[in-house]
Amino acid sequence: MSTLTPTTTTVAMHMSDGIINAPVSALFGVIALAGLAFCVWRARTDLDEKTVPMAGLVAAFIFAVQMINFPILPGVSGHLLGGALAAILVGPYTGALCIAIVLVVQALLFADGGVTALGANITNMALISTFVGYLVAVAAYRLIGRRSASVGRLGVVAFLAALCGTVAAATGFVVEYALGGAAAESLGTVAAYMWGTHALIGIGEGLITAVTVMAVARARPDLVYLLRTQARTSHDPIGVPA
Amino acid sequence: MTTTSHPRRVSRRTFLAAFAVAALLIAGIVSYAASSSPDGLDSATLRGCETVEVNGAEELSGNCIAQHATDHAMASSPLADYSVRGIGYTNGIAGVIGVLVTLAVAVGLFWLIASRRSARSTSSADGGR
Repeated sequence: MSTLTPTTTTVAMHMSDGIINAPVSALFGVIALAGLAFCVWRARTDLDEKTVPMAGLVAAFIFAVQMINFPILPGVSGHLLGGALAAILVGPYTGALCIAIVLVVQALLFADGGVTALGANITNMALISTFVGYLVAVAAYRLIGRRSASVGRLGVVAFLAALCGTVAAATGFVVEYALGGAAAESLGTVAAYMWGTHALIGIGEGLITAVTVMAVARARPDLVYLLRTQARTSHDPIGVPA
Repeated sequence: MTTTSHPRRVSRRTFLAAFAVAALLIAGIVSYAASSSPDGLDSATLRGCETVEVNGAEELSGNCIAQHATDHAMASSPLADYSVRGIGYTNGIAGVIGVLVTLAVAVGLFWLIASRRSARSTSSADGGR
């Protein structure tokens, strides 16, 4: 039963329609489409009979975990975005597509995240958080995981990647609000609040990402994209020989 | 700490099945324990407003970003707000449906991308097995 005035819902998780004005929503729609098209083109080299089931399950798993809001402050919660997790497990291109599929299903089927806001939501959570998470994961892995790889070190890498990816996604919203925010709320206030809450959400996201990546690496290290592609010359106990 | 001699203790099929079961359990059961507070983005848009009941419907009073939000185009979807037709306690059922739909869409799309690639790389026009 929708009324003429927008009502707050208990489980809305992503940006609604109307928060960002139409031109900026359209601009980010174009950016999202271009980014996803590029990902489809690049994902072709990562997807085969072996990796398709894993990639599909990563998308389904992230849909599930996004439902789990955890408290971060009194009256404020957070949930996993999943960009870094997807990037570490199936690579940044396939990973971005995983998150985009989750967001489209949430918007069209569950009325979560506005339809006109899909471009901005996909840009923030599917593109920015996935690629920032992946870049941080690669850098951190080279710094601390490569020489003496252990599942624990991989967990630290995953935590850092997820934390950075989440704060980066929040920054995406701040930029969109600066360009086309419909409200009079000052940019500084919005930015400070977004970064503060998402630093806390990022800690939760980091823990979930670390636990998940470590579990997969223990069972099937060959199914972790980061371990597969960041080939090491040393004898590494958790990676598999190429 | 580290697995050394036998890095593959789990068969691929077993691993994928366990991963799927984990997703279904999280969406179907753990979801009931989730916090119902607005998330970081939502609470950012709600700053400055209070939710008041007007004639049985929730409305926002005050001054905040969320007042600019328009109603969702899909608000009448039977699964809107992660419940089945708005019936209470159907959160987990909606979650399981969401996991299965996401899995189907993702596998379908990824299989399509993968088969286009094999169609290109093989000379036969019969791509996608």
